[in-house]
Amino acid sequence: MNTYHITVPIDENLIHKLKAGDKVFLSGYIYTARDAAHDRLLKEISEGKNLPFPLEGELIYYVGPTPAPQGKVIGSAGPTTSSRMDVPTVTLLDRGLRGMIGKGNRSKEVIEAIKENKGVYFAAIGGAGALIANTIKESELIAYEDLGTEAIRRLKVEDLPVIVAIDSDGNNLYEMGPQMYRENFCS
Amino acid sequence: MRQVNCQEIIEEIKKLCIHMNIHMEEDLKKVLEESIAKENSPLGREILKDLMNNQEIAAKEDLPLCQDTGMVVAFVEVGQEVQIVNGNLTEAINEGVRRGYEEGFLRKSVVECPLRRKNTGDNTPVIIHYDMVEGNQLKIKLGAKGFGSENMSAIKMLKPLDGVTGVKNFILDTIKKAGGNCCPPIIVGVGIGGTFERAAEIAKKALLRNIGEKNKDQYIASIEDELLDEINQLGIGPQGFGGRTTALAVHVETFPTHIAGLPVAVNINCHASRHGEIIL
Repeated sequence: MNTYHITVPIDENLIHKLKAGDKVFLSGYIYTARDAAHDRLLKEISEGKNLPFPLEGELIYYVGPTPAPQGKVIGSAGPTTSSRMDVPTVTLLDRGLRGMIGKGNRSKEVIEAIKENKGVYFAAIGGAGALIANTIKESELIAYEDLGTEAIRRLKVEDLPVIVAIDSDGNNLYEMGPQMYRENFCS
Repeated sequence: MRQVNCQEIIEEIKKLCIHMNIHMEEDLKKVLEESIAKENSPLGREILKDLMNNQEIAAKEDLPLCQDTGMVVAFVEVGQEVQIVNGNLTEAINEGVRRGYEEGFLRKSVVECPLRRKNTGDNTPVIIHYDMVEGNQLKIKLGAKGFGSENMSAIKMLKPLDGVTGVKNFILDTIKKAGGNCCPPIIVGVGIGGTFERAAEIAKKALLRNIGEKNKDQYIASIEDELLDEINQLGIGPQGFGGRTTALAVHVETFPTHIAGLPVAVNINCHASRHGEIIL
């Protein structure tokens, strides 16, 4: 298990070094999108329209933050459950998205798409919304303002703590972690 | 008759909504802290420590513990000798939530129609369960229920002959399926008996108990202990990455049921179990 400090967009040559279980501190710009925004992104794609941001090489963070109190960039901003975005994620990966940040396991199809496209799936700590908020330095509304908390925002993050949950070879910490624990500690 | 004023109810609900979303309750803090020493997985320990850090940052900076500030559920016990004045009790509870979520910068996560999905803009309506009881007090237990864990909850109508083994298997299967989605370590609320809807209701009520408080029935309390052990043998661990700490507590509530039935509901709550109580 290694620890990396990485700048986004992630260098293609770095992707294959990241292994399930590695700890990563991400810095740079990432985009927020959850259920409703994914629905719209897929509609735009099916209608042949331009997306509000270029997918190529970028990371999407599944988050719907709380409103920013006075003097803060953003409110609490932890990850939401990724599996709800499994179906649209395959399309986005095929169109150049480098990776996703969320929580919880992914479908077989997403894991295949991660392998094929040399992507990566990071997990942020679910329920650590205040801790994560402190790593977000800027938040800019990009699209779908009417969706409120579900709008697409561009976030500037500094050392956002995540764990490699599914790596570019398809190794999956949600399978490996509990299995290793059971082998070592449960008889 | 003892009078309780709606203005007071609104104010107390508002304050509790803000407080419970920002401050982790002492009961939960204690079991979470204790779980760190018991955890064998290094990554698991690190995550548990991060969760303790998170609650410190939340309290210090007045930020919600989690961005999913939930849909609000209320269990209300109305004493028969209480007269509600200056308004309507249901509306007062909703108004308290409306103000709390606005003034506390909490996320409004409720959509009006489940299919058309337009946000109500004020986190109402509240899911309210009423119970008439003796006495002259008004007691409101409040929870802000996140949906990462709510979505992994389940109900099943078992057969009476499935017995305690069938009940346990269903609970363990539900938690296995939930994996890391429900933000473990979790609190498990179980409702056994009653009818279809009563089982679900008491499972939710079980979640609003003080963390680790046992069922008063010793037999049921022993099942709670056994289940906690068995769940923590699954190896799911903090966030689903492997480890001992899958659940922090199991709370079981029961209700009389029909000779032909054995309903079981499993309601899961994440480690950021937001709950509190108002007595007026």
